[in-house]
Amino acid sequence: MSNATLNTSAASPARSAAPAELRLSVEQASYSYSAADRPAPLFTLEATSLHAHRKELVAIVGPNASGKSTLLRLLSGALRPLSGRVQLDGFEVGALDPRTRARRIAVVQQESPLLFPVRVDEFVLQGRHPYGQTLRFETAEDFAIAEQSLAQVGATHLRGRWMHRISGGEKQKVVLARALAQQPLLLLLDEPTLHLDIGAQVELLQQLRALAQSHGYTIVVVTHELNLAAEFADQVALLHRGKCLRSGTPAEVYRRDLLEQVFGASLEVETRPSGRPHVTPLARREDLRS
Amino acid sequence: MKPLTPKRLAWICGSLAVVLLSVVVISLRVGAVPISVIDLIVSLGRVAIGRSDQLPSEYSLIVFDIRLPRILLGILVGAALSVAGTGYQALLRNPLADPYVLGVSSGAALGAIISLIVASRASIAMPLAAFAGALATTAVVYFLGRRGGQIDTHTLLLVGIITASFLSAGIMFLMTTLSGGEQRGITFWLMGDLTSTKTPVGLGVLFTVLLIAIGAIYSTAADLNLLLSGEQEAMHLGVDVPRVKLVVYVSASLLTGLAVSVSGAIGYVGLLVPHVMRLLFGADHRLLIPTTALGGAIIIVIADMLARTIVAPTELPVGAMTALAGAPVFIYLLRRRLQ
Repeated sequence: MSNATLNTSAASPARSAAPAELRLSVEQASYSYSAADRPAPLFTLEATSLHAHRKELVAIVGPNASGKSTLLRLLSGALRPLSGRVQLDGFEVGALDPRTRARRIAVVQQESPLLFPVRVDEFVLQGRHPYGQTLRFETAEDFAIAEQSLAQVGATHLRGRWMHRISGGEKQKVVLARALAQQPLLLLLDEPTLHLDIGAQVELLQQLRALAQSHGYTIVVVTHELNLAAEFADQVALLHRGKCLRSGTPAEVYRRDLLEQVFGASLEVETRPSGRPHVTPLARREDLRS
Repeated sequence: MKPLTPKRLAWICGSLAVVLLSVVVISLRVGAVPISVIDLIVSLGRVAIGRSDQLPSEYSLIVFDIRLPRILLGILVGAALSVAGTGYQALLRNPLADPYVLGVSSGAALGAIISLIVASRASIAMPLAAFAGALATTAVVYFLGRRGGQIDTHTLLLVGIITASFLSAGIMFLMTTLSGGEQRGITFWLMGDLTSTKTPVGLGVLFTVLLIAIGAIYSTAADLNLLLSGEQEAMHLGVDVPRVKLVVYVSASLLTGLAVSVSGAIGYVGLLVPHVMRLLFGADHRLLIPTTALGGAIIIVIADMLARTIVAPTELPVGAMTALAGAPVFIYLLRRRLQ
């Protein structure tokens, strides 16, 4: 596995001024679900290493059931590694108490189910929960930060709307705003582009890049979108059957033979003028003939 | 959005307290022996300034020995069941959860009856046994109501209802060991009854336990708001999920055990009241829990007042009144969810 910490310059010129500080450090972390956790076949994530800096956007890619979500849960502290370490600024994330952890790590999950109707601004205020006292009456500062978070994702106009009455793309923005209201160091997103059209996908990734730059967040995104990852990520980790096969810049990871083997499809990998790779799926010749 | 401030909370709760007080005064007046408002206020005033010896004796007897204890008991039971219902709804992420529907009330009743048979007399053992029954039933329903590691709304309700009927059969079986007189008393009690104001321990003790249990649930109010969007989400937002679940589980079971040991199984209050309060004031638990406690007290005092007047001089069990109102609401909410 190539060491991803070496990757810096080519991907984002904005960051070249000073070597960014190391923030997230995953050292040989592994996890295995016990039979009691889930009825599905037992899944093991083998020892994985990953390093991410301040202002860096990392994409975790791989086929279904490759261990992407498990790795993300290790990063979030929801799971504690069976061996190895997951550290954020030198602290073991699984050992932090929930409040402290929520001030440092924000997670945007695929689904945010709601049991009772809630308005957009109330939803975003939930991000201030780890900062409050017992009953957590929101302060003027909380309102200001929530408002600012909505503005950062360009969703101020949704403020008074009901969460269950807005579109999928709008909802994704609001969920992201709630995560920003946590003022985290590390922002984790589990397939955030899943229900978005291509325009909204690009908009989201551009937003994430801009946020990483302006606020110094470290962002880790789990995604199926190889080309979005190639275009926007500083670093990509490719997972397959519970193993991190390779991590590094998109250009280092996106090798045709490797991707074809992992995804089991005919692919073409080109290098675009920007230096970033582009993956095109190819129909097999026999498919074309019929 | 109107943000929830301590001031707004105090205003809403204060208003509901005034409503409760008015309902209590009306309820003290209403009954087989009519008492005028002026007489009542004069009597209450005399008690308040510590000169109860100057009261006409029949008022003293009717108002302070018969009606008032019963009303206080109603307040206790209404608040306990409503807050327990709110707690179960958040804990199980199921808006249809209610101590009665989940079978927890039946579990508490079974515990109470076992203690009656073993200890033979109403004692401190009875609320404790009811508490134990509630704890055990909640645990059983919780684990049987899961499908693939997740709590399934409808499986949970079905398990609760079946558990309730199973436990009721157990209660019937145990009742055959009792004498005819005791059987009649217990049958009435089982349907939800506030007439036996001879509580196993003093009302003061019961109210203290009530306030502690409600306080414990209230201390998790902000966490419960987040728990509604799932345990994973809540954890990522800084909620100590296992601790919150334990606090709510123990406190809601304690509230149910407390209510059942003094008044039997009064159904649907824990369902009806939180829904009404949510419609009025929103789903924020910091506001919902105190308003639910006050609203539950109001509803039970009104229901009991109706129960002892509409077929006077006979009385209905108050549980029959709440079921008449609550069961249709339950069906309505269930159908709306299924659509």
